[in-house]
Amino acid sequence: MTIKEKQQEVIEEFSAFDDWMDKYSLLIELGNELDSFDEANRQQQNLIEGCQSKVWLHAEMNNGKIEIQGDSDAIIVKGIVALLLRVLSGHTPDEILETDLFFIDEVGLKEHLSPTRSNGLVAMVRQIKAYALAFKAKQG
Amino acid sequence: MAFDIRKIRDDFPILHQDVNGKPLVYLDNAATTQKPLSVIDAEAGVYKTINSNIHRGVHHLSNVCTEAFEDVRKKTADFLNAGSSDEVIFTRGTTESVNLLSSSFGETFLGQGDEIILTEMEHHSNIVPWQLLAQRQGVVIKVVPVTDEGELDMQAFTELLNEKTRLVAVTHISNVLGTINPVKEMIVLAHAAGVPVMVDGAQAIHHVPVDVQKLDCDFYVFSGHKMYAPTGVGVLYGKRKWLEQMNPYQGGGEMIDKVSFSGTTFNDLPYKFEAGTPNYAGVIGLGAAIDYLKNLGTKAVWEYEHELFEYAVKQMREVPGIRFVGQAQNHTSVISFLLGDSHPFDVGTLLDKLGFALRTGHHCAQPLMDRFGIPGTVRASFAFYNTREETDSLVDALKRVAMMLG
Ligand SMILES: Cc1ncc(COP(=O)(O)O)c(C=O)c1O
Repeated sequence: MTIKEKQQEVIEEFSAFDDWMDKYSLLIELGNELDSFDEANRQQQNLIEGCQSKVWLHAEMNNGKIEIQGDSDAIIVKGIVALLLRVLSGHTPDEILETDLFFIDEVGLKEHLSPTRSNGLVAMVRQIKAYALAFKAKQG
Repeated sequence: MAFDIRKIRDDFPILHQDVNGKPLVYLDNAATTQKPLSVIDAEAGVYKTINSNIHRGVHHLSNVCTEAFEDVRKKTADFLNAGSSDEVIFTRGTTESVNLLSSSFGETFLGQGDEIILTEMEHHSNIVPWQLLAQRQGVVIKVVPVTDEGELDMQAFTELLNEKTRLVAVTHISNVLGTINPVKEMIVLAHAAGVPVMVDGAQAIHHVPVDVQKLDCDFYVFSGHKMYAPTGVGVLYGKRKWLEQMNPYQGGGEMIDKVSFSGTTFNDLPYKFEAGTPNYAGVIGLGAAIDYLKNLGTKAVWEYEHELFEYAVKQMREVPGIRFVGQAQNHTSVISFLLGDSHPFDVGTLLDKLGFALRTGHHCAQPLMDRFGIPGTVRASFAFYNTREETDSLVDALKRVAMMLG
């Protein structure tokens, strides 16, 4: 699936709910199901410190594709991390760099999350793009 | 109950709205309080009818506006039972009051190796200005620890007081734990050691009756916006004997006597510390807030809020997995808690979706969070316009949230 198709899939899943609490239940579920984070990667350079919660992101290159791991100490944020990884992990640096992440807005997360957390989301996306850029540079 | 709560709520237009499709329940009063119509009208009224720069003009409007402004100084002095209205200095808020003090008191009275005493439960705005002073002038900061219950360790405080101590700066009430500190007792102890005391009253002035002469504090500081007044205005009360000796803070118009390049002399109290055009509209709003509080009666407010607080704690105990942070004997209507191992942020986010305005995080008191080994808390802070029904619906919401976060 392309990144675009994955985003559409996420939007569809969320569109089944019109109550906010149901959307957040889904996020919590996604957070709980996220693959566990490799403790060896829980390092300062992988940490994005938001105003209130912490996010860890670690990326590796595998056969030309970027595999991303993530974690957060807040479960709702972890759910958002899970969504981001589902959409972006397993793609090439170019695919990630060219991506327009429209699902965040469409699912309503950006607009409905508090400004501080919304910034955290922006920081996460920026970090993933930075990884992509670094891997691309290394590839030459 | 002496309180006509329906009528009181009608005075606060902002309370009557839906948030995320649910009726707003505003429980973030320790961050800022909402304003009654009388305050909103007083501030807006300045611009509609009397706006003019104060202390400057010979013309009618300027005189009326100056008089309204100075009336509030008297009203504030009276509210605090200050000895004189010259001891009431208007600032932008608690933060500016503390900065004024750390700067002016610091410059005048503190030097290398002198000690000041703070506590582990201070708001950052009563820590960082002193740290800046410490860096500039080699002053040493000593910290009174907090017990597991969320009270000050008074034994440790007594031991910290010594011949090098020059000032104690302590919060009257903790913005995180709601603990009412024994400031009177601390002042007696400090004075016995010849040490003046500043009390941060940001969380106290609108909850408990404050009498600065009875307390015998040397300085008392607070913000308007937390006591139902407009934002951008605050107070520094100081005993005349200190204020007269202290260097000015900022320079500018209004605070001078005579300016010349061979030497400038400064105005008398309180103007020496009020450089530039003040927020006179905000100050006039503060006057209306004081009238509003006086009209309700500080004692009646305290009783109503305390009863609501006790009811809330009792009800909240039924929420599975709830842990209260801080269980001091003397307590205002601030409740900090955690739900099981859930991150405060998750709790706050879900509550927001249910229409509740609560604060989550470290509440600008990171040393206190470190003391309890937690990243933050969820804080419900009640005001006199909150109700039992709101408390009940909070408890229902918390049960739902606890279940979701499992
Ligand atoms: C105890 C305490 N001190 C100081 C402050 C700072 O007040 P302001 O931001 O109004 O200057 C606060 C505000 O949260 C507070 O609760």
